[in-house]
Amino acid sequence: MPKKLSIIYDRTRWEEKALIKAARRKRISTNLIDGKNICLNISGKYDSETYGDIILQRCISYFRGLHISAVLERKGLPVVNSFNTSLICGNKLFTSLALENAGVPTPKTYVTFTSEAALEALEKIGYPAVVKPVVGSWGRLVSPVRDRATAEAILEHREQMNNALLQIHYIQEMVERPPRDIRTIVVGDEVAVSVYRSAPAGAWRTNVALGATTIPCPTSSQLEDIVLRAARAVGGGVLAVDAMESPNGPVVHEVNSTIEFRGASTATGVNIASKIIDYVIKTSKK
Amino acid sequence: MKCKCPECDGEITIPKDAVEGEIVTCPDCGLEYELTFDKDGKCNLKTAEVVGEDWGE
Repeated sequence: MPKKLSIIYDRTRWEEKALIKAARRKRISTNLIDGKNICLNISGKYDSETYGDIILQRCISYFRGLHISAVLERKGLPVVNSFNTSLICGNKLFTSLALENAGVPTPKTYVTFTSEAALEALEKIGYPAVVKPVVGSWGRLVSPVRDRATAEAILEHREQMNNALLQIHYIQEMVERPPRDIRTIVVGDEVAVSVYRSAPAGAWRTNVALGATTIPCPTSSQLEDIVLRAARAVGGGVLAVDAMESPNGPVVHEVNSTIEFRGASTATGVNIASKIIDYVIKTSKK
Repeated sequence: MKCKCPECDGEITIPKDAVEGEIVTCPDCGLEYELTFDKDGKCNLKTAEVVGEDWGE
């Protein structure tokens, strides 16, 4: 029987359109489910009639997607990426712990829960450093901290924001690197493509959402080994592993789960959407 | 296909390859709308969600 795929989305981006197109080209029956309108009965029965044989969870909202995956996976439906992988990748601290535990090179990181403790951590880690929210994307609220005065100002702002997640201070060393990082798309056990993401002039963050430019990057055997280990460390799936070129080799600072791949696809001509669909269908046969 | 902006009555052109859930922007007032289609293929516009703190990859 042909496999039926469900794509759960809450905003149809370039990536979702590319995935839908790739699935249809492969003649895979594709069902689109709007995550915003979904109604999940935790005592209900979830059959493949409604949700298909495999679910590709693509919600742009981390918490929405995570909670949908929690229900569907617990009800026995296969979800890509898994609940566990999504949980880890959506939280920078959980990701750092997974990488550290697996021996993947990653920047020196501290976590604190008050401004006073954060200032102590910054003294230990040394200036300049970076303060990030544990949940968030696209470089949002990622702040370079070059001295104590800046640190005090940033921490005061975070305290005033009255947001529980911003009271968790994720503090990382500022890795000495060129003004770019490397994004590697990992699909299952394979590297699909690597690209350099260069910060726009005058900026330091390398997020495409903030205007970074993307060009192809050769995947060295050292990089391949590190990114595949990073992908396994967070539970595997369809992932975007972000690494920086430190003087001691690549260090992984982030692994993304609901990946955006427009920049990487356009820069390299690699049909990443097609590779993702092949992997998802292969996963459903396991 | 064209739709009227519910806010300013501007004319929004719907791309031929548009799919459910896609965001379209009114060229006149700049508001963003989420596109949905009813059974007979007619498009509807719903005010798009505002970017959340947990949005991203």
